[in-house]
Amino acid sequence: MSALVDLGPNASAAATPRRRPHPAARVSPLLGALCVGVIAIMLFPLLMCFSASIKTAQEASAVPPHYWPAALSVENYLKVFRYQAGLPVYLANSFAVAALTIALCVGLGTPAAYGLARFPVPAKELVFLVLLSGLMIPYQALLTPLYIMAASLGLANTYLGLAIVHTVVQLPFSIYLLRNSFEETPRELEEAGIVDGCNSVQLLRWIFLPAAAPALITVTLFAFITSWNEFLAALIFMNKETAFTVPIMLVGVRQGHFGAVDWGALQAGVIVSILPCLAIYLLLQRYYVSGFLSGAIK
Amino acid sequence: MNPSRSGYVGLLYAAPALLFVAVFVLYPLAQLFVTSLTNSSLLGGGEFIGWRNYLRAYRDATFWQALVFTCKYTLIITPILMILGYGLALLTLSANRLGKLTRAVVFLPVVIGLGSSSFLWFWLFDEQVGLVNKLLQDVHLIAHPIVWFVDANLGLAAVIASIVWKVVGFGMILFIAALQAIDAEVNEAALIDGASYWRRILHIALPLTSRAILLTTLVSAIGSMLAFDQFYVMTAGGPESQTFTSLYWIYQNSFIYFKLGYGATLSVILMAIILSGSTLQLLLMRRGRGT
Repeated sequence: MSALVDLGPNASAAATPRRRPHPAARVSPLLGALCVGVIAIMLFPLLMCFSASIKTAQEASAVPPHYWPAALSVENYLKVFRYQAGLPVYLANSFAVAALTIALCVGLGTPAAYGLARFPVPAKELVFLVLLSGLMIPYQALLTPLYIMAASLGLANTYLGLAIVHTVVQLPFSIYLLRNSFEETPRELEEAGIVDGCNSVQLLRWIFLPAAAPALITVTLFAFITSWNEFLAALIFMNKETAFTVPIMLVGVRQGHFGAVDWGALQAGVIVSILPCLAIYLLLQRYYVSGFLSGAIK
Repeated sequence: MNPSRSGYVGLLYAAPALLFVAVFVLYPLAQLFVTSLTNSSLLGGGEFIGWRNYLRAYRDATFWQALVFTCKYTLIITPILMILGYGLALLTLSANRLGKLTRAVVFLPVVIGLGSSSFLWFWLFDEQVGLVNKLLQDVHLIAHPIVWFVDANLGLAAVIASIVWKVVGFGMILFIAALQAIDAEVNEAALIDGASYWRRILHIALPLTSRAILLTTLVSAIGSMLAFDQFYVMTAGGPESQTFTSLYWIYQNSFIYFKLGYGATLSVILMAIILSGSTLQLLLMRRGRGT
């Protein structure tokens, strides 16, 4: 959880022992108790969801409900695993769409950001604005024409069709972040490469890409999370049972076979759907939080 | 500078992304306007009908109801998110371990999918198997289980609770960053003058983070105006279409009733509303970058 400490320019100052207390820094038992209360409230839904997922199916649908399972069972997970086309199919769909989204965001975003950051492009800011137009126009409004287009190109229910929509959402952020990173790369590094006889492609490959590695990781992370979690476009574009992504599979799991909701299976499905995001958050928090800050405000 | 590095080489690097944006953002945008003037159906066909769809939107009671409901949702949830987010930022600003842990835990749901969290809360708020009713009964706040999703206001309250849980960490993180950027000397001067904690918050922290507050409010409000997942999953627009959001009504028209032309018209209207907000946001961001 180190990343949440290093939030701003003052973070390094925090490490020096002589730093005065921050305006709002105050430690008291009351604040400590408040923190514990907040943690409890925030974790309660997730803990209960997990608890329900490891109950027996019968207990997960018990009225009134219990907080903790009386007996442990993997029954709910087995049900999700065997749901319709099978969980592996839905996981594969989600991962494939996310992988294509990452490839498109990095593949299109890197050269565009490089071109804007290191070349005297004519009408540079206009070009930049056009590339960022996806930030202004809500992608939700474009889903109707995009769907018509995908249908006429035979891209409905395909990984590429949905990945294109997710790239529309995520490409502006990718270009923005990478451009900043390329602009911050020291000129000396670039000049050393030029002296060595690198052409512009080689400069990108051997000088700029290594220097922009953190930004590339952040771009990849965000592309994955956006694609993995995206709901509306997946609901519209993937209308064939075998093409569902994981969030859309949950819609089906809830509907069940006979109208009654299978609560245990639904919560097991929720756990499966959030695990990759949780893993990323815990392992790569630094990149995630820094991306958040640079994308949202600066 | 290397002589080979002309602007046109740079443009060449940007060309694939520009082409992508032209084909998948700008062309669909133009197509959206064109479709909005037709009676196209998802089943095929459609002819030019001029402004008739816009007239129809003007008289569409459900659309207006959905728009008003979306605004109501936004006006209720945005202040809650901002005030709680700012409070949590202040609470966890001190760099002690408990504060850091709290920060990490509050931010955790931000990374989870909105669909997933909505399914989680749909279960928690279920009148029979849900733990919200059980918890409220266990602490004797209510005597009988509440049936949350048969009433539009209760359903809205349930959705708001779920979204606050899901995204309050977003504002918190941005506010922490803004608070940390305050020059320590300003505070030291105030401390020497004997200003109390709350006076320092009111007269130093709030004014110096006002730009971050404004930007976060805008981003948050724009997101709320585009709400879909949480209502689709939790209330399904019910009861009696009372919890349809604008975007949900667009989805319903385009992809459930197959009225693509009319759906496009409603999309244009919603986009115009969103654009006014995001233009303001962009202006603020550019001004911030210049100073």
